[in-house]
Amino acid sequence: MLGIALLVFREVLEAALIVTIVAAATRGVPRRAAFVGGGIAAGVAGAMIVAVCMGFIEGSLGGIGQEVFNAAVLLAAVAMLGWHVTWMSSHGKQMVQQMHRVTDSVKAGSSSIAILLAVVALAVLREGSEIVLFLFGMAAGGAGKLGFFAGVPLGLAGGIAVGVALYFGLLRIPLRYFFSATNWMLVVLAAGLASSAAGFLIQANVLPAWGNQVWDTSWLLTNGSIVGQAVHVLTGYEARPAGMQLVFWIVTFAILAAGMGVVSSRMTAQRERANRASKHVSGAAITPGA
Amino acid sequence: MRRLILAMAIVFAGALATGADAETMPEYKLVLQNHQFEPATLKVPANTKFKVLVSNRDPAPMEFESADFNREKIVLPNSTVTVFVGPLEKGTYKFFDDFHQATTGVLVVE
Repeated sequence: MLGIALLVFREVLEAALIVTIVAAATRGVPRRAAFVGGGIAAGVAGAMIVAVCMGFIEGSLGGIGQEVFNAAVLLAAVAMLGWHVTWMSSHGKQMVQQMHRVTDSVKAGSSSIAILLAVVALAVLREGSEIVLFLFGMAAGGAGKLGFFAGVPLGLAGGIAVGVALYFGLLRIPLRYFFSATNWMLVVLAAGLASSAAGFLIQANVLPAWGNQVWDTSWLLTNGSIVGQAVHVLTGYEARPAGMQLVFWIVTFAILAAGMGVVSSRMTAQRERANRASKHVSGAAITPGA
Repeated sequence: MRRLILAMAIVFAGALATGADAETMPEYKLVLQNHQFEPATLKVPANTKFKVLVSNRDPAPMEFESADFNREKIVLPNSTVTVFVGPLEKGTYKFFDDFHQATTGVLVVE
């Protein structure tokens, strides 16, 4: 039972951490719960389909179908996260400046929420398909009913509890910094997912490793531990990263940070112009009354 | 931004061109049966990229995984997958079945 609970916990934790950051990043968006819930539901359905089709995926592309599939799912999520953070820093900030109310900037996020729904779905799909395959195996291996009816809910509850705890932790960030904080978390998350995608492509011999173990920090934190796994999901941490993974991490981070930076500096310039104009107007308005 | 995308495209193209040749790579077989790896200790040469053919003869799916050499791949019942590993430095590297963590083996790189 504990074995089942532990595996379910680890997979649910990975998906829950991603869902949590997305949920925080869409704070205040109308019908957000429906979107996130829809993403999870789509992911669960997708996970079952992937599990059933695993034989086909495994055998396709000359035996590297599984790696290519995983890399494609990860890179799709990276692209969507990239689109979201760039979009948020343009439209989101513009709305804040125009309306001077944070709630409006949050509402601006709703146009991008469908993209994040897909990110949630992909995260759940990837981890969920492993749970489904694992449970197939457990059923085939004759695991007792107790294992299923106690282990699965236990693992599920544990993973979700960590996600919820992280969510309420994030809510403590002052509102002023909240969306820059969640946006940067999404950037780091995307960089980590890109690095994982590179890992799968190296495993499939599609990409060279460019140094299999550029450094080794497994004495500090192994990827096998629960904490190491959580840090891996959130940041892409690898105790022994391949050079190519570092390249993917850095390039993704640079592109998304540049995308956010370019857009926000343009916004700042606009805001300064707007401020000068408004000061001028208010000054003129005050003088006659004085 | 455009320059960065171009740089990434060049990295990709270069990377594809330098991918190691799978045909000439050494090949090692690993079989999972009754939740045990055979052989449980696999000896491989250092600083060489190689292939491991992992066969699952159990009725349950397994996931061949190693945190030590960063690999993970699901292997369905009665099927065989290829995992490319290395080049690795000398040492011992643990691998396991992620779905049954008590099932472990060691890669000895020498």
